[in-house]
Amino acid sequence: MQPFHELLLLLVVLTNFWVLGTTRLSATIRATAIQGALLAGLPLALYPGFSLHILALSTGTLVVKALVIPYFLTRAIREAAVRREIEPLIGFTPSMLLGAAAVALAFSIAPRLQLPGVRSDMLVPVALATVVIGLIVLTTRSKAVTQVVGYLILENGIYVFGLSQVERVPFLVELGVLLDIFVGVFVMGIVVFHINREFDSLDSARLTELRD
Amino acid sequence: MSLSAWLSLLVVMAVAPALPGIANRTKSALTGRRGAPVLQLYADLAKLWRKGVVYSLTTTAIFRIAPVVVAATTLLAASLLPLDGRSALLAFPGDLVAFAGLLGLGRFFLVLAALDTGSSFEGMGASREVTVATFAEPALFLCFTVLVLATGELRLAGMLGQPLALAWPAAAPSLVLAAASLFIVTLAETCRVPVDDPLTHLELTMIHEVMVLDHSGPDLALILYAGALKMALFGSVLVSVIIPRADLAPAAALAALIAGLAGVAVAIGAVESVMARVRMNRVPQLLVAASALAGFGLILQLR
Repeated sequence: MQPFHELLLLLVVLTNFWVLGTTRLSATIRATAIQGALLAGLPLALYPGFSLHILALSTGTLVVKALVIPYFLTRAIREAAVRREIEPLIGFTPSMLLGAAAVALAFSIAPRLQLPGVRSDMLVPVALATVVIGLIVLTTRSKAVTQVVGYLILENGIYVFGLSQVERVPFLVELGVLLDIFVGVFVMGIVVFHINREFDSLDSARLTELRD
Repeated sequence: MSLSAWLSLLVVMAVAPALPGIANRTKSALTGRRGAPVLQLYADLAKLWRKGVVYSLTTTAIFRIAPVVVAATTLLAASLLPLDGRSALLAFPGDLVAFAGLLGLGRFFLVLAALDTGSSFEGMGASREVTVATFAEPALFLCFTVLVLATGELRLAGMLGQPLALAWPAAAPSLVLAAASLFIVTLAETCRVPVDDPLTHLELTMIHEVMVLDHSGPDLALILYAGALKMALFGSVLVSVIIPRADLAPAAALAALIAGLAGVAVAIGAVESVMARVRMNRVPQLLVAASALAGFGLILQLR
């Protein structure tokens, strides 16, 4: 039977596809929240036997990635009163195909990347795929909020990658990373708000216009 | 060629017209209406069969043979499936391509007949039907590829039979992904809600219904029956993937199939009541998502 952590990793990839395929801003935020919750369960599933380290990592991830950041982003789109539809630079179907290609690439490259002490052979490919899909979302969606979502997905990929080496990474580093993302999203939230006030739109392409 | 394969084919042929009825009845129940009887399609078929046929003067022989071709190809496709869970009437390596090809041939003739009428509405419906099919077929083949890789079998009777039951423990995630993808393909192929609405009667929005507007009497009965049988076929593939029935006795396996088909029909009805039909330009996106699901399952198999 498949171990539980493989199921979680599978669902992480499916939430990636969800973000690529949906047309609604709120749905992308909901997808990242669910992805955050899945990632919070991942250390517990990978390293059974409760250590304080793992427990704290899981709780921190749950609070920051599944609750605080999605709440913050939801508030940002509500306050900025943006249009709720995503306007991608390349269509939904091509970006879905790109995502599928990214997953295929990640799974074909990952076996060549031999890391010591990895608990699951799906960890590295899923991490790579998530990073690349985060990059796709970051570069092909023009709204500032969706770019924040892309950044979050990219970071989630790095987090999954980090999970393969939990025993070697000190707890403080992980806390620092979580704090970094939080501050990053916080700053981006403020930026989003200001872009909206200046340009009456969240389209980051308009940042190239020069104005006094 | 065994007795149980013949019997199960006959039983599935007999219960097929009830499936759209179950789906519609579910939809009615979930939206607070009484709805048409479950067995309505049997009555419709009987009525149409007694009626005469009207042929437009612009139509040619293609229009007359199309309903027969549609019904015949669907029946042939049915004989390729292991409906009793272990054996099919016809089985040869690579028959999964024949399965998709036969259904494609039926669709081709339906489209030709629609174009043959010279009606612009029917031409539009035909164009849409082909658009949907273009995206549904890759998803179907990706699902089949997942099954082939999981079971190491190239015959439908094999990959949906005993080897599949053995493959489940090792390949559960990719099989679940393939089943989810198959369900979306089933919705598209049977012209149900996120893709097409069987209950709409506005020519501008219909896809499948508008193609068959000019058919009448026994011709229409054949097409309606083939549609119901197609739903039973895709439902059977789905049920066979989810519930491997090779270890059950033939009668029990057949009963499980019928129960599963009813379950699929209820699921289709439930999807119809909670979802609106998606915009026409988003249908390809939905089916590409189905392909991506199956493709991901394929990647998991190749790992």
